[in-house]
This record gives sequence, C-alpha cells and structure tokens, in this order.
Amino acid sequence: MKRIFFTAVTIMMAVTGAFSQSDKYEGAMKTNIAQLDSGVAKGTISELANNFERIGNAEKTQWLPYYYAAYCTVMASYLNPDKSKTDETADKAEAFITKAEQLAGGENSEICVIKSMIASAHMMVDPQNRWQQYGAASSGNIEKAKKMDPTNPRPIYLDGQSKFYTPEQFGGGKVVAKPVLEKALAMFATFKPASSLAPVWGKASTQYFINECN
Amino acid sequence: MRQPIFILLLILISMTGIGQQTISGKIKDNKGRPLASVSISIRGSYDGGTSDSTGAFSFKTTEKGVQTVTASSIGYNPFEQSVTLNGDVFIINIALKEEPNELKAVVVTAGTFEAGDSKRTTVLTSLDVVTTASANGDVVGAIKTLPGTQQVGEKEGLFIRGGSGEEAKIFIDGTVVNNFFFSNVPDIGSRGRFSPFLFKGTVFSSGGYSALYGQALSGALILETIDLPEQSSANIGISTVGLSAGYQQLAKNKKSSWGLNYNYTNISPYFKLVKQAPDYFKVPVFHSGDGNFRIKTSRTGIIKFYGYFNASDLGLRRHDIDSAVLKNAFSINNLNVYGNLSWKEKLGKRWKLNMGASYSNNIDKIANELQDQHNIQQQLFTVPYDTKSFNLRSTMDLAQVKAVFERRLKGISAIRFGGEYLHSKDRTIYNNKYVNNGISDVSDNLAAGFAEADIYVTNDLAAKAGIRAEHSSILGKANLAPRFSLAYKIGQGQFSAAYGIFYQKPERNYLLFSNNFQYQQASHYILNYQKVSREYTIRAEVFYKKYNDLIKTFPDTSNAGSGEAKGLEIFWRDKKTFKGVDYWVSYSYLDTKRDYLNYPRALQPNFAANHTASLVIKKFITSWKMQFNGSYTFTTGRPYYNFMYNSAGNKYSITDQGKTINYNNLSLSVNYLPDIGKTNAKKFVVWVLSVTNVLGNNTVYNYNYSYNGQRKEAVTPPARRFIFIGCFISFGVDRSDEVINSNL
Repeated sequence: MKRIFFTAVTIMMAVTGAFSQSDKYEGAMKTNIAQLDSGVAKGTISELANNFERIGNAEKTQWLPYYYAAYCTVMASYLNPDKSKTDETADKAEAFITKAEQLAGGENSEICVIKSMIASAHMMVDPQNRWQQYGAASSGNIEKAKKMDPTNPRPIYLDGQSKFYTPEQFGGGKVVAKPVLEKALAMFATFKPASSLAPVWGKASTQYFINECN
Repeated sequence: MRQPIFILLLILISMTGIGQQTISGKIKDNKGRPLASVSISIRGSYDGGTSDSTGAFSFKTTEKGVQTVTASSIGYNPFEQSVTLNGDVFIINIALKEEPNELKAVVVTAGTFEAGDSKRTTVLTSLDVVTTASANGDVVGAIKTLPGTQQVGEKEGLFIRGGSGEEAKIFIDGTVVNNFFFSNVPDIGSRGRFSPFLFKGTVFSSGGYSALYGQALSGALILETIDLPEQSSANIGISTVGLSAGYQQLAKNKKSSWGLNYNYTNISPYFKLVKQAPDYFKVPVFHSGDGNFRIKTSRTGIIKFYGYFNASDLGLRRHDIDSAVLKNAFSINNLNVYGNLSWKEKLGKRWKLNMGASYSNNIDKIANELQDQHNIQQQLFTVPYDTKSFNLRSTMDLAQVKAVFERRLKGISAIRFGGEYLHSKDRTIYNNKYVNNGISDVSDNLAAGFAEADIYVTNDLAAKAGIRAEHSSILGKANLAPRFSLAYKIGQGQFSAAYGIFYQKPERNYLLFSNNFQYQQASHYILNYQKVSREYTIRAEVFYKKYNDLIKTFPDTSNAGSGEAKGLEIFWRDKKTFKGVDYWVSYSYLDTKRDYLNYPRALQPNFAANHTASLVIKKFITSWKMQFNGSYTFTTGRPYYNFMYNSAGNKYSITDQGKTINYNNLSLSVNYLPDIGKTNAKKFVVWVLSVTNVLGNNTVYNYNYSYNGQRKEAVTPPARRFIFIGCFISFGVDRSDEVINSNL
C-alpha cells in the first residue's frame, strides 16, 4: 500500500512539476547540457541557447543558464558562415555573459573564457582592422582565465586552438600547438567541476585538434 | 480500498489539471518573410521553442490560464502578447517588426566615402590609407586613388570634380585646418603635414556634404584623430629623408595618455644620390614636433589635445623662362604652429556633445631673386625682369571654436545643431623695386549656425535635411545654405541622392587686394548606387555641379564668374576573387568648364582631366614576411593655356593652348617585417621600400609661358621617380598580432 502511494505521489509530482524547483532546474539544465556537443554537430545550437535563456529568465538568480546561453550563442556565431551576422550574434552572447557575471557576483575563470571567445568572434569578421581592439581582449581574457583558475583546462585549450590556426611563420602551427593541447587534455582528465552543472565542455574538441596535429 | 481510489482520483485530477497543451504558429517579419531561430516562450517558465527555417514553431507547456507569450530575435523588436491557455491546441501567428539599428540602417552615401574601424562595413579602412603604394604615407595621396579626384602633382590640395585645390577643405576633429599641407613651392605639390597614424577615421566627401561643415565649394575631407593607444610604446625611424623618434605613454588605469614625437627631415643625402631638376641651393630641412594628451572623462567621454610645430627651410634655383642666361632663385622659410582641443561626451541617454577649438599660426618668408649664371643677384629695370626679385612675408592666424549638440529622437533618428566661430587674420608684407613694405591686412570673423535632422522612416529609408547660415564680417553679408539627401536600401544595395548649396569666401590672396568680392556659390546634385559586402564593393555615382558667383579678376574684380561640372564615377573593390589579393579600381569621367579669374571665356580649367583611372593592389606573402603594394594611375591629358593681355581690345585672349600628354604612374612598395612571429620580441622592425613612377613615364603637369608668349616650358616633377627606403622600430609593443591577424 505504502509503495503504491509512494509511486503515485512520485508520478503525480513528476507530472505536476511539484518536484522542488531546484530539482526541476537541475533536470532541465542537465538535459540541455547533455545536448551541447550534438547541438554543435546538428546545428541546433541556437535552439539550445534559447532554452538556456528561458531557464535563466525564469530562475532569475542562477548565473549558469546565462553562461550556457552565452556559450551556445558565441558558438552559433562561429558556426554561421554569414559574417555579416557575426557581430550582432556575438553582441547577444556578450549581453548573456554580462548577466551571468552580475549573477555570479563578478568575473570568474569560465566567464573569462567566454569573453575571450566573444572577442575572437568579433575579430574574425575583419582581422586586419580589428586585431588591435579584439585581439588584445581575446588573449587578455585567456590570461585572466588561467590566473583565476589554474586548473581550468578551457583557457589552455583556447590557447592551443589559436596556436593551431596561426601560421608557422608567425610562431604558430601544429608543432607549437600540440604540446599546449596535450597539456589541456591532461588537465581535462583531472579537472573537477565545481558542481554537477558547472562547465566541462572542451575535451572532445581538444582531442580533435590533437588528432589534427598528427 | 478507499485509499487506492483516492490516490487514483488524485492522479486523475492532477493529470487533467496539468494536461500539457501545444502552442504552435508561424513567425514572419513585417514584410511577410518567415523568420528562423526566433525564441518563443511563456514568460517566467522554462517552456518555449525555436522557429525553424519556415518560421514554424511548436512546443508543449504545462502552464495554464492567463500567460504572456514572448518572441525575440536579434534585430527585431521583442514581441509579447497576453493569452489564455485552456488546454486546447493554441495557435498564434506572430509578426516581428525590425528594430531600428545604426549598423544595419541605410546610410546616405551620395558623394561620401567613409574609412574607419567601426563595425559598419566601410569602403576603405584606416589601414588602407597607409598601405597605398602611390600615397607615400600621405593621407591625401591615398584619397587621390578614389573617384572624383584629380591627379594634380604641381600643386597641393584635393582637386575634386572640376573644383580647384582651394575649393576642398580638410577638417580635423570637427574644425577646419588652414595649412594642412606644407607651404607651397611653385610647380611642386606639397605633402600633408600630419601622419596618417594620427587618424582613425576618414570621411571623404566629393560633394553634397553635411550642413555641419561649410566654406568649401567642392568637397570635404573629415578626419578624426585616434583615442587612447592600446599600450605604451617608443619608436625610432631612419629613412632616406630623415630621422624620427616618438614616445607614447598610457596611464596604468588606461584612462589617459600622452605622447611626443619629433621628426627631422634632411633631404641632402638623397638629393646627392638622385638628381633633381631644380638646383637646390638650400636643401629642404624640416624640424617638426608634435605632442598630444588624451583623457577619458567618463565611459563615453574623451578630451583630446594635439599640438604641432614645424620649422622648415628650402631654396631652389631654376633658369628664368624669359631669358637664356638668367636664373630665378626661390627660397621659403616656414614656421607653423597648430593646436586642436576637442571634447566628446554623452549627456544622459539622448544627448551628445561635440566641442572643438583650434588655433593655427603660419608664417611664410619667401624670397625670390633674379640671378646671373654665377648666382649673383641682378637688378634689371626692364619688364618683366624688374619685378622678379621680391620679398614676401605672409602670416596667417586662425582661431576657431565649434559646438555640436545631438539629440536622439525615436529609434535612431536624431537632430543635430550647433555653431562655430572663426576668427582669421592674414597679413602680407611685400617688398620689391617699386614697393617698400607694402602691408595688406585682412581680418574676418565668420560665424555659422547649423541644424540637421536624420530621419529614419524605416531601417531601409532615411532622409537627412540640414541648413547652414553663415555671416562673414569682411564680406558684410550672410548666406543660407540648405542641404538635403535621401537614401533607400534594396537588398544589399542602396540608392542615395543628395542636393545642396555651398558657399565659400574668396581666397585670402584676393581679399587682400580687393573688397569687391562676395561669396562664391556651388549647387550639387548627386545620384549614387552602392553595394557593400565584406568581399566586394561596387559604387556608381553621377553628379551635376553648378557654380555661380565665381570670382573674376578681369576686367573687374567681381563675382561675375560661373561654371559647371558633370560626370560619372565608378568604384570597384574586390577582396575575394584572387586569393590573398585585395584590389580596387576607380574611374572618373569629368566634363567641366568655368569662367573665372582672368579666363576670357568658359574653359576647361588646367587642373581638370576628362578621364582618370586608378588601380590599387595589395598582397601579403606570409612565407616571406613581406607585403607588396602596387598602384597604377592613368589620366588623359589636361588642357593648358596662355592668356595674354591685349591692351588694344582691353581683354585677355588665348594666344596658345593645347593638351598635356597622358599621365601614367606605376608605383610599387614593399614592406618587410622580419620580427613577425618571434614570440615575446622586445622590438618590432618594419622595413619599407617604395618607388613612384617605376616605369619612368614622362610626366607633364602643365606648361609655363614666357612673358612674351613666345616660349613655353613643361611643368614636370623635380625628379622622374621618388624612392623611399626606411626602417622603423617600435619598442614595447608586440605588433606581431597586428600582422598575423591581418593575414588570417
């Protein structure tokens, strides 16, 4: 009897959404976080950005939904071949990361990683004329991210990725990039996320670039 | 038994209560086109969806009752609507309205070329200005590769659409610059005084420019100086023409900066190697220094100061055109001081303020001597030799203030208004055989008020209407100049049209010697089509320009002159077709005639060619760490005339005329950057080699005639080619990023 009752209540709670708000939040976040990699592959990353934005708007006090919304949005700006859209998409990511920063009570290593990615997105639109403003912002935020959390593998990964795309004549190339990426990969192995929802992305891409280096 | 039933009931009740319902619909823009990737949600809930490529969306929600559906997408006004959800399938179709957006909105491009680093796609960028091969690092040299300009090499200035060099004005941070170019030397065009690295934004208007600017009949070059530097740095340079050193300090808090630069130019080593046609008895020596400070007054405000000083000396001797044995020795000593202080600030949400003040003082001491073959001064009492020896001291002072207020209206529409006041004082002291200390003074107070409105009907349709009123104390008269332009966007391209009336005081040389003169006037009519993307730019423009009240110096000093100009201009830029190559092509067709000064009738002036075409190419070769720049300019010949006074008929008549040979100039430059990619390099070296007129084509700008009209001589550049080799080193700034990123 007790068991039936318990089951029923569970079902009821599940369907009415009478789970505690935090369970609902965690569930929704996890569902969406699980789709990050496939979202990039399938091109549904802006849909995920919208999902995270809704969670952020509804929760009002959590910084992670906006963090992920910013991540998805800046990834969407990279993936869109139409460069005329890049600036406005990156600006939207910027708006999300600013909200995340306010809710998080200031900058942290992960937020700096996103800021670096946003700056890179702006720069790639017109590198010749934008390096001065955005190039400095991009590398500056990587350095900040490293300092704020020396165990965070993502700034190292971005560093390696940028070296990967820099021509050999300019001090970049696969040979230079590989050790940096390998260091990032080793760091991913030991990295402990602060919570079950904290960012863990980047390992697969790091592995991808290492393979490309070989 | 009761309990399970109760539970079942409870479940059933709650199930019906929370039955998920579907919300679906389509999203379109206000033109009925489907919008993808729009985020739709029930406010305050996790529930929502994203529209697909057909604009369709569908999602499930557990919310019920009165709720708010919201939809948002980049570039569109957010949408929200209150709905009542009662469990049925709910269909809502949404139309989103485009949000007014400065970057996406149509811009009036009739007559205007913009170069800058802003997010808006511009035709040219600041970097383009300094890497144009034929320009030799001169701002105006780069502008001369754009349509609408003439390749006048014997005189400084921008000769735009049949206008003379004096009819285009140059503005720095809002205020006009009196002596933008180094002082004039007869038959040799002078460079601009200011380094191209001083400017971050350039607007070149070949007509129809804004009511905020005035006193230029044909066009305006509007330059904006840079803000705070990215970091502190020091630099030194050595080249075939001199030495330079500079220092720039950025405060720790990145709120202010100051800098000093010094340039020493001495062309004697170069002149020893490369023979010049004139005999330089005083080889050009220039000392110039500048200083700046920039202070951020708030997040949006900045105060900028730039001060410049120059002292120069040069003298050159050419044989006298009226005699086989005599020579003319011309020397000029120039002292120039220029200061510019500007303040930009956002006041509240809707107001913006731009203030500027500038002062300049220019002293030219000119001496001309008639000399014999041993370079000894000759005193001859016969015409025309008697007046060939003279001394002239000419001073020009200009002080001005300008204020522009801008108020935002709905969306991105705005009104701008303000005023400016220019006080100028010019004096010449002239000495020759007949005149002893002949002093002429002219002083003017020019006050102007202006207002302008940008009206955006939609992002695709905009109008700009302006009016400018001026009063000049020396002319004792006011003028009223309306300006109007319109722009309409169709897809990626846009049409624009501009109309305006422009007034200009006669040049000081004329005001010094007569007080009969009034404003000269020009009306511009311009139609333009432009399509700009990251990879390509195409521009076509037609114009008609009518001149009224041009000054005549014969038979009387009056404003009885007139003229007109019409033409077609095309610009094409392509960064994509050839991998790694960026090139642009300009073509201008000009048909113009004017009757002014001592012209006996309306003639095509000697500074106007009918056809002008330029090609500019740039390519960076990564493995060599070298950037190659080339430019080729072609123009058809320009007319030349000899006007002679005929005392019998009391008139000037044309005793000889012709057309110069076509003008061809291929210029090349190479930059070598050996330190690229050296990580943590303490210094960054740039080598520059540039050569103008590589092919050595004959260049004839004009012809000078002897007094009796029997002899004519070609006006040619002092040397066939100009070769420049330089090495520039900067410390403290790793510029590798700059070069790498510009080539990604």
